[in-house]
Amino acid sequence: MSDTAADPRLLRAPPKKGIRLSWADERLRAIVWQILVLGVVFGIIGWLVSNTQHNLEVRRIATGFGFLSREAGLPVAESLIPYSPTDTYSRALLVGVLNTLKIAVVGVILATIIGTLIGIARLSKNWLLSRIAAVYVEVVRDLPLLLQLLFWYAILQGLPGPRQALHPMEGVFLSNRGLKLPWIQWQDAHSFALLGFVLGIVITVLYARAAKARQMADGQPRRVWPAALGLILGLPVLIWAGLGAPWTGDIPALRGFNFQGGVTVTPEYFALLVGLVMYTAAFIAEIVRAGILAVAKGQWEAAEALGLQRGLIMRKIVLPQALRVIVPPMTSQYLNLTKNSSLAVAIGYQDIVSISNTTLNQTGQAIEGIAIIMAVYLTISLSISLFMNWYNSRIALVER
Amino acid sequence: MEDGPHLASAVRADAPPAILLDKVNKWYGALHVLRDINLNVATGERVVVCGPSGSGKSTMIRCINRLEQHQEGRIVVDGMELTDDTRSLDAIRREVGMVFQSFNLFPHLTILENCTLAPIWVRRMPKKEAEALAMDYLSRVKIPEQAKKYPGQLSGGQQQRVAIARALCMKPKIMLFDEPTSALDPEMIKEVLDTMVMLADTGMTMICVTHEMGFARQVADRVVFMDRGEVVESGIPDQIFNDPKTDRLKGFLSQILRGH
Repeated sequence: MSDTAADPRLLRAPPKKGIRLSWADERLRAIVWQILVLGVVFGIIGWLVSNTQHNLEVRRIATGFGFLSREAGLPVAESLIPYSPTDTYSRALLVGVLNTLKIAVVGVILATIIGTLIGIARLSKNWLLSRIAAVYVEVVRDLPLLLQLLFWYAILQGLPGPRQALHPMEGVFLSNRGLKLPWIQWQDAHSFALLGFVLGIVITVLYARAAKARQMADGQPRRVWPAALGLILGLPVLIWAGLGAPWTGDIPALRGFNFQGGVTVTPEYFALLVGLVMYTAAFIAEIVRAGILAVAKGQWEAAEALGLQRGLIMRKIVLPQALRVIVPPMTSQYLNLTKNSSLAVAIGYQDIVSISNTTLNQTGQAIEGIAIIMAVYLTISLSISLFMNWYNSRIALVER
Repeated sequence: MEDGPHLASAVRADAPPAILLDKVNKWYGALHVLRDINLNVATGERVVVCGPSGSGKSTMIRCINRLEQHQEGRIVVDGMELTDDTRSLDAIRREVGMVFQSFNLFPHLTILENCTLAPIWVRRMPKKEAEALAMDYLSRVKIPEQAKKYPGQLSGGQQQRVAIARALCMKPKIMLFDEPTSALDPEMIKEVLDTMVMLADTGMTMICVTHEMGFARQVADRVVFMDRGEVVESGIPDQIFNDPKTDRLKGFLSQILRGH
């Protein structure tokens, strides 16, 4: 009985199971179902393709992307790159892609910051603060996004015209033409200052790492923020001042019926941004709140009993555990915000959907237009997913 | 000052009290959970607190490092009074270690990191020194080979021994144990109790909330029996277990003994 090593029963391979030709055999049933489903899917695709080809022939529509190099003749109100209606369709579509990215990138960043703050506020011990955050979340996430966008746009349209524009301070005008802000005439010195700013951030990161390493060596914690402040703000200012501190303002001013100069935030962009950010922030707030609540109370208590300070407990104990719960649903919210930006059509912000729609109407190339929209959103969404999945695997808890 | 038999251990009668609770009262809403608690623990003394569930024993020791706040009375720990002043609270928490029923190890940190976190960030110890210290205590609780693992990979008994080592790494003057063996399987209780006995032999001031009467007889200088938020009886283990004065203690002991 103790001589189990020689027991032939322990060396036996598992029995091979053949498939019986009977409906009672589970594996046979699974194979038959899969063949059926595949057949249906390919059947539908084949029908769609042949149907489309037939319709295109009957209506004498040529397929292909040749139209992209034709002149668009399509006016676009705001663009990040130089554009005029005499440019090609491909350039117009690029303007649309950039406009979509402009709303998605800024929106994701702002929604994350505001959502996190509201989520933490809802957990606050301050009664008023937590109530306000709760009401915000409940109201904003319960109303349809389209309604909210129209609401913000209507409010902005209700602003006075350029001549009666709100003028809170020198160079700032708020009217139904949007928000006008002063800017500077860009010169080389400003580019170098910007470079200094980026350099300051890089050096700060390196400095913080060195400070941490030195703390680990001698136990003494070091303040990083004075150096960080000096590097990130001081360095660019020094560079700018060293290059003669050039400063020529580009101040907006009323000329005739509209403003000249400065930079503009259009009412369409502003309404879309505010609507998307407020809406998404409400969902992010709930995700952040749930993530922090998911960390057991005992973790706080154990850390407090060891004498750790609250900020340190948050950084070293609670956040690392909360992020694991927060990041995957956060990815979904980023994707939602990006795709919801296509509601821009409703308030006349010219994103990729808006410009593709116009292109499609002018050229009749419906299939190509829809394909372009799909390709653009797929690319952006997959990029977000890839990045967030990478981040998630980086912060994932090892635990066991 | 008369030397009782229980004072033969590390307790010095002339030393200032390590912990002093003076008429401590606490309410949860309208529920009066601690009623006029007076407790005086000498340096080096080992006190076991027992009582039925809901008697306020956990609440009492959680008041000592202010995981709960008392509303009336005075608590003085190591000569410092517990107030709303965060500086005195930080100072007290540095001197008082605590072990919980549910271990509360940090699941995202290795065993070694669990032990070095507070020495590095609170005691400002160099990392190498903190790691050497942690390995020393992990050896004393007999699990140095687990240092690189995560809490989830350890058994309950091992986790609780890590929790004890983690608290000891802060070199506390006082250790609080809040039902340290209640969440453990029977075969793991002994390894944790052995660790606690070993700690008691070093002369550490300890307050243990526990139902392990064998442990109480072996190491306690004094047993405190609580019921319904009050200290009902207190005395040396022999007196408490063999000669209970009150009906409440008699009833409690008969229930405990029936369970064993």
